[in-house]
Amino acid sequence: MRVGDPGPSTRSILDSMAEILPVAMPSPTVVRREHWSRKTSLGLLFCSPLILIFLVLVITPMLYEVYLGLDRTIYPAIFSDPIFIQTIFNTIIFVGVAVNVKMFLALVLSALFCVEHWAIRVLGGLFLLPWAIPSLPGIFSFRWMLNGQWGIINKILIDFGLEGYPWLVRRPTALAAAIIYHIWKYLPFWTLIFVAGRRSIPRELYEASDIDGARPLQKFRYVTFPMLQNLYLICSLLSMVFTLGDFVIIKLMTGGAPGDSTHVLATLAYRYTFQMGKIDWGVGVFTTALPVTLLFIFILIRKVK
Amino acid sequence: MRLRGLRKILFFGLCGLIAVWTIFPVYYMSLLSLTPWEDLFKPKLYVNSPTLENYTQTLQQSNYFVSQFWTQLYNSVAIALLTTAAVLIVGTLGSFALARIRFRGSRFISGMALFTYIIPSSFLSIPFFKLMADYDLIGTKLSVILVMITFTSPYAVWILWDYGKTVPSQIDEAAAIDGAGSWQLFFHIYLPLILPAIVAIATYAFLYSWNEYLYAVLFLSGETNITIPVAMGNFLATDDAPWNLLMAESVLYSIPPVILYYCFRRHLLTGLVTGAVK
Repeated sequence: MRVGDPGPSTRSILDSMAEILPVAMPSPTVVRREHWSRKTSLGLLFCSPLILIFLVLVITPMLYEVYLGLDRTIYPAIFSDPIFIQTIFNTIIFVGVAVNVKMFLALVLSALFCVEHWAIRVLGGLFLLPWAIPSLPGIFSFRWMLNGQWGIINKILIDFGLEGYPWLVRRPTALAAAIIYHIWKYLPFWTLIFVAGRRSIPRELYEASDIDGARPLQKFRYVTFPMLQNLYLICSLLSMVFTLGDFVIIKLMTGGAPGDSTHVLATLAYRYTFQMGKIDWGVGVFTTALPVTLLFIFILIRKVK
Repeated sequence: MRLRGLRKILFFGLCGLIAVWTIFPVYYMSLLSLTPWEDLFKPKLYVNSPTLENYTQTLQQSNYFVSQFWTQLYNSVAIALLTTAAVLIVGTLGSFALARIRFRGSRFISGMALFTYIIPSSFLSIPFFKLMADYDLIGTKLSVILVMITFTSPYAVWILWDYGKTVPSQIDEAAAIDGAGSWQLFFHIYLPLILPAIVAIATYAFLYSWNEYLYAVLFLSGETNITIPVAMGNFLATDDAPWNLLMAESVLYSIPPVILYYCFRRHLLTGLVTGAVK
């Protein structure tokens, strides 16, 4: 309840008193409005830098993008570009596979990280490293490891009597490399989130299921998963929206190669706009993805708030 | 937990696998950074004659690729610090209003903050570029800083607000009875009480701008204006990129974030999702 705001019961008493004594009692609504306007101006004053940012740096660019995207001639043009169609598929594969595999692994691994053991404490420290290291160094390391001629992966394969493979020069393996990098980089963060989630489940639930003789898998099915369901859904959605706009992984891992076949939305828009000078095509890439993105954001906001 | 027999083998096997998976790319990066020129194209799991040459070249700027290392480092630090300062001002003020003052429009502001936090930053890259070009800001640090503030302050407000709510409102009332105004409340009561969250947000904002690549590459150009990540990305523009040198720079560039993450990891793990845990 608001501080200083009369509660429903008090207010109805005041209202009935105002009916009885119309002159002596000031109208409660007037009191409240004065109170509100002073608080509102104070609140808005404290929020003014934030509001300025929203107006100038969020809403303005957003509306501008939608305005540019209203030009209907863009869409026949980009939809007839096979690279754009392939990019949409790449993005769906990249986001769908990378995020879902990562979240599933994170959920499974979070069980391991809840075990009380010295080895887990050591591992927990190490496990943070991919998350702590910025994107670029990790991507460079992966890229050089997977280099067809001088990469360590091919060297190891050849040492075992297998053949090397030009990983980053073929579309399926290049996409797979980007997905694997994404999982490597972000798995630790989400695992730790699920560890926190598991720790917040009341112990009594497990004790009760022990008394009922539940096996480990049944405990997961009937206790852990129902308790983590909402968290799992929110994390997956959040991660999907973030990954939908990913630029740096594809840009620096494959650069869209071979032959522009591994682009995702952001890298293709970059290519259209800043390398081919077609600003409207670049905008078209984002506005095409906007309805799905906004739907995801809408669901998320309703879940989180 | 005590383990025996097969379970023990499985447990340690899994731990070992995760350790190798986690460490190997980092190990390989460090290995390459210690590799001398003549060994760069002979892949190995260890380095025969480790050298610090790549590091000294970077720090002394004695190679063409790293000829502006210190200037670029300065650019990275300046952008990250200025962003952090601005985000702290915007974030603490906004969160104070949301947590301590009930006012009209607060729902709009918190909704807007959430929206800005979630929307992928790259989706606004083209209109942002146009906007910065219109105001003649392309090539300035200010352009990058403004965008970094835009994308970090919503999260800052959200986290600080969440923390600010836990401070009991009786403290405010007591201070108000003693005659404290809103600004005194803000400076003398609110800020000291939310200090842990402020530390977390400062770390977050610093790391966000330190790691930023897209907007830095869009807005900045010229050897002396770019930040470290942009300079590292430029290595790839040539076919004969010196990867051992690139890895040495990568290691140096990773050190500040790694230190910050390990110091403040508990704070950084909070966020939107923790609300869903409770």
